Amino acid sequence: MSDDHVYLSLAEGHDDSDARWAFGTGFEDPLHGVDTAVPETVDAARLAATCLALGDDALVLAQRLAEWVTRAPELEEEMALANIGLDLLGQARLLYARCGQTDGTGRTEDAYAYFRDTGDFRNVRLAELPNGDFAHSVLRLLMFASWRLAHFTELAGTPDPVLAAIAAKGVKELTYHRQYAAEWVVRLGDGTEESHARMLTALESQAPYWEELFAAEDVRDAVLADLRQVLDAAGLPVPDPAPLPGSGRDGEHTEHLAPLLAELQSVARAHPEATW
Amino acid sequence: MSDPENWPLYEVFIRGKRGLNHVHVGSLHAADDQMALTHARDLYTRRNEGVSIWAVRSDHIAATTRDEKDPFFAPSADKVYRHPTFYDIPDDVPHI
Repeated sequence: MSDDHVYLSLAEGHDDSDARWAFGTGFEDPLHGVDTAVPETVDAARLAATCLALGDDALVLAQRLAEWVTRAPELEEEMALANIGLDLLGQARLLYARCGQTDGTGRTEDAYAYFRDTGDFRNVRLAELPNGDFAHSVLRLLMFASWRLAHFTELAGTPDPVLAAIAAKGVKELTYHRQYAAEWVVRLGDGTEESHARMLTALESQAPYWEELFAAEDVRDAVLADLRQVLDAAGLPVPDPAPLPGSGRDGEHTEHLAPLLAELQSVARAHPEATW
Repeated sequence: MSDPENWPLYEVFIRGKRGLNHVHVGSLHAADDQMALTHARDLYTRRNEGVSIWAVRSDHIAATTRDEKDPFFAPSADKVYRHPTFYDIPDDVPHI
């Protein structure tokens, strides 16, 4: 081991010595060796729609999480939220790429992220709600990660090999996102009077958006049971509100999505031929 | 925790992928032990560095001070016979 610098010794033993990576290599391509042909038994249009919806969820929430950078209560939390956002961004890229291969348009991931308008996005409205306070953000992350984890766990066995590989990779990331969010929900729910009150406010304002997540998938009971466990530990009630009409899955969004996309897309649209 | 405004400091140790022991990589603030591990995961293992994390409250570490430098360490500097330099170490014996 090299004693001169701890990070050098940590990076030792990685197989290739690519100088671009300061602190270790050995990254694995999650799609390495996966056949990208759509199996005959799979409905390509339905597969593309699934990839688009899940990609949009991830892109929009990644953007919301990135908004915490420079605004989080502690440097450590800022890093955590940005990391989680980058995980989701990585998922969005893979899902958009798969969508482009299967919806017949051959579009690139950038075309989906930067050159579609609000009504074309298929993310759930829960993802686009403004961050609000920290309680609001961690509760949203808990619900989103719990649902996505359950959904991805099922998708890991889906007949399309690419989507299955993307889901299998995502399960490991989402397990951590859920753990991070659950720790904070318990900490705040079971914390001071102020933090408890803020969690209650967050629950009341977000719960009407939950039903939208469950529209197409049969993970509702499992996710709600999972959520109940965390809320019980946090000393918070499990709300059961009437769901809001409409759905982001049909392109119906709140007024908050358009400004988010305007910021997200502004650079790419100002320089449409740029590469990065 | 006596200071409610500031989270206590933790020291973080990480064992690399094929490293033999945990090495100190830095410090962070966290409200408790579990949060310290979560933060360590986010701050110090983002680039594929580690397989195991230790976190310990900085004020739980006993450390030597500068004043103790001479009595602690200087006497070992001239005792060459304490080093196994008179042996030939076979090439295939690592980590001595």
